[in-house]
Amino acid sequence: MFKSLFLKLLPLCAALGFPGASSAADDQVTTFTLDNGMEVVVIEDHRAPAVTHMVWYRAGSADEVRGTSGVAHFLEHLLFKGTDTLAPGEFSKTVAEHGGTDNAFTSYDYTAYFQNIAADRLGLMMQMEADRMVNIRLDEEDILTEREVIIEERNQRTENDPGALFREQRNAALYLNHPYGTPIIGWRHEMVTLDLDDALAYYKRFYAPNNAVLVVAGDVTPDEVERLAKEHYGPLKANPDLKPRDRVDEPPHLAERRIMFNDARVSQPYVMRNYLAPERDPGEQETAAALTLLAEVLGGGQTSVLNRKLQFEQEKAVYTSAFYRGQSLDDTEFGLIIVPVPGVSLEEAEAALDQAVAEFMEEGVDADQLSRIKFQLKASQIYARDSVDALARRYGGALTSGLTVEDVQEWPEILQAVTAEDIMDAADLVFDRKNAVTGYLMGEDVQEAQQ
Amino acid sequence: MKRFILALGMIFAGATAQAEMDIQVIESPGGIKAWLVEEHSIPFVALELRFQGGASLDLVGKRGATNLMVGLLNEGAGDLDARGFVEAAEEIAAQLSYDVGDDTVSVSAQFLTETRDAAVALLRDSIIAPRFDEDAVERVRLQVLSGIRSSENDPDDIAQEAFAHEFYGDHPYGTPLEGTVESVNGLTRDDLIAAHQGVMTRDKVYVSAAGDITAEELGALLDDLLQDLPETGLPLPADLKIETEAGVSVIPFDTPQSVAVFGHAGIERDDPDFFAAYVMNVVFGGGGFEARLMNEVREKRGLTYGVSSYLLPKDHAALYIGRVASANDRIAQAIEVIQAEWAKLAAEGVTEDELRRAKTYLTGAYPLRFDGNRPIARILVGMQMDDLSPDYVKTRNANIEAVTLEDVKRVAADLVQPEALRFIVVGQPEGL
Repeated sequence: MFKSLFLKLLPLCAALGFPGASSAADDQVTTFTLDNGMEVVVIEDHRAPAVTHMVWYRAGSADEVRGTSGVAHFLEHLLFKGTDTLAPGEFSKTVAEHGGTDNAFTSYDYTAYFQNIAADRLGLMMQMEADRMVNIRLDEEDILTEREVIIEERNQRTENDPGALFREQRNAALYLNHPYGTPIIGWRHEMVTLDLDDALAYYKRFYAPNNAVLVVAGDVTPDEVERLAKEHYGPLKANPDLKPRDRVDEPPHLAERRIMFNDARVSQPYVMRNYLAPERDPGEQETAAALTLLAEVLGGGQTSVLNRKLQFEQEKAVYTSAFYRGQSLDDTEFGLIIVPVPGVSLEEAEAALDQAVAEFMEEGVDADQLSRIKFQLKASQIYARDSVDALARRYGGALTSGLTVEDVQEWPEILQAVTAEDIMDAADLVFDRKNAVTGYLMGEDVQEAQQ
Repeated sequence: MKRFILALGMIFAGATAQAEMDIQVIESPGGIKAWLVEEHSIPFVALELRFQGGASLDLVGKRGATNLMVGLLNEGAGDLDARGFVEAAEEIAAQLSYDVGDDTVSVSAQFLTETRDAAVALLRDSIIAPRFDEDAVERVRLQVLSGIRSSENDPDDIAQEAFAHEFYGDHPYGTPLEGTVESVNGLTRDDLIAAHQGVMTRDKVYVSAAGDITAEELGALLDDLLQDLPETGLPLPADLKIETEAGVSVIPFDTPQSVAVFGHAGIERDDPDFFAAYVMNVVFGGGGFEARLMNEVREKRGLTYGVSSYLLPKDHAALYIGRVASANDRIAQAIEVIQAEWAKLAAEGVTEDELRRAKTYLTGAYPLRFDGNRPIARILVGMQMDDLSPDYVKTRNANIEAVTLEDVKRVAADLVQPEALRFIVVGQPEGL
């Protein structure tokens, strides 16, 4: 509800719901590209007289200059602070006056701005969004006040939540070199030094039509969207200096890492293991599809392997899960979590988790479970058509994470084609402790937390 | 705390857009009423059930019984144990979820047209014939206890709990619906059966559906689904009058950012002035960036990431409340600003321009909410619980438009009471 939702701060969510795209919905989707390089995706749904208008930039926190962590998200806030023709706050005020709502969010690989509004106001939204793509006007005072806001945002999301601090420490240990190890919101000590120059440098580097994807979803036609997009975004000049997104690679990981995190505010200790894992790549999504199904098989709810073994049979866990975040520009993570019942120590919990995974590697995938998962994936394509907003986010997120429209549309079939053997191969590939961080989240008194 | 999204904002005929939606009010052959919007373009149905009363029906000494009971509805039912039930739902890709609030038990279901019968059979078992198997009870009990322990160290939960205790006292609203470690440990299988029989009854149920189903099909489905519920159950709790005094209480907790909840008595949903109060709050502390509180506390001073206020008309008590969080050394200043704004609102109401903008926002935003079978079904069931007619969606905008500056001024003077504005702060606030 407030500016900036961190889509990826909660890795557990990545495993919830089905990420499969909707081939059943393909006929709703039209794409084209403007002359200045701006990609456009139109998703039709004429049931309600509403439209979602989104602009996604291929720029996120992982594209920041080192030492300026948090600037991508800071700039996202500053884009509400006015342009040559709009006063600070006037953007949102105008949206609201037309009965709409607006917001924005920042992730590792993208920054996106959106409005939900009556379909006949689409042109006005485009006019304002195009304006702030190139014309923001900021003064020192705006910067300083808004910097206080993002620090309070960090307080709320991270400093006040030991689970979030723990996640930051784990990510930093998982990535030896890649910027995914730096939190999206930024390290506090760098956030407090962010200034106008940092924000404007990022803006000039990345905010341009040839680095943006326009997604319009709802009660519109592709022709109408094309006409309006040409009128409002068409005149913007491409940035000729835009560089390819070549980020640094991870070196070989040679040593397992272990994180012991104590915080007096923790009352429910748990163990989390994150493995470095390959992501969905354009034209090569098979391994990612197998990992997506592996996460479902191992940790997708009541009937999953970890749940059955650790909660039902051994009764050692209150909660278990497996998660995989396949949509990512660079190497991503595959995770396991176990929250033990009282009386089971974290060491015992970790051993039980390892044992359960080892047994799974011997036993293989249950055919009935796999067919249930695949049927649910198919059904999810039908359910997905009910929320055009979610479809819009799916395309925007994919296209700014290195994937193409074809990749999004082929994904459901690739998931259906995954075999039990593929899943076991993917498990073999990813379960290497040298590539992993194992973290213990504990209360202040270690003895008490582990009793 | 439960927000009031379902109950409010029902301005159907927007000034800028008009949703075309035909709400059918049906009654099944067996006498169960429901609201339906047929939408055959996607082969699935969203079905919403609400049982009025919810966790407020917990018996004395049995706090947490309704919550634990609801947590067990899909953990074994009819012939199926916990895993068998979930496997059966997965096989047909039925999405069944169960939730509990202070005043309601909610059951939300989405199922494909092609597997509708099997889905309804499963859903029926979970509602009518949950098993409460010993092993399932113990497993879910541990999950609930884990949540209760986590809440003990969460500043927001600590603040909400203290606030509820101070405002609602001995009423069921006054304690967390999850119960305490002690009360949850004391719950027996018989307590869960009693909660099930007392809470999920025909006289308490409200139904809506949206999607690929006809009125006739829905009628037959509902008889199948709900006819075997007990006719009646536990009585609803008494209404409560809220009384507070201005002031700030601090609950020390070692964390960098203090969380404050604040408020006093509110206004009932069926009060003739409710629309005026609702519009007033959009101006003052509603979700948008333009609201006065956001503007004064965040945009101008950078004291918080988020601050808001809202009307909370529960079934048996009405509050006007809000929340803010600021670093320990800044929370005192945030509270000062909120107190000043509260007093200003009471004294002056809102401006003509603010009122106009709130109205265009509310009337324009409303049709946008009906953007799928799921949201439509949720909105329709909420309207029934608020005793609104289907027609309401067409009259609502006119009601918003009819609110005058004088109405808001009068309501602000009555409802907004700086002398009763109570703050509860959790953290290590400086200067409080």
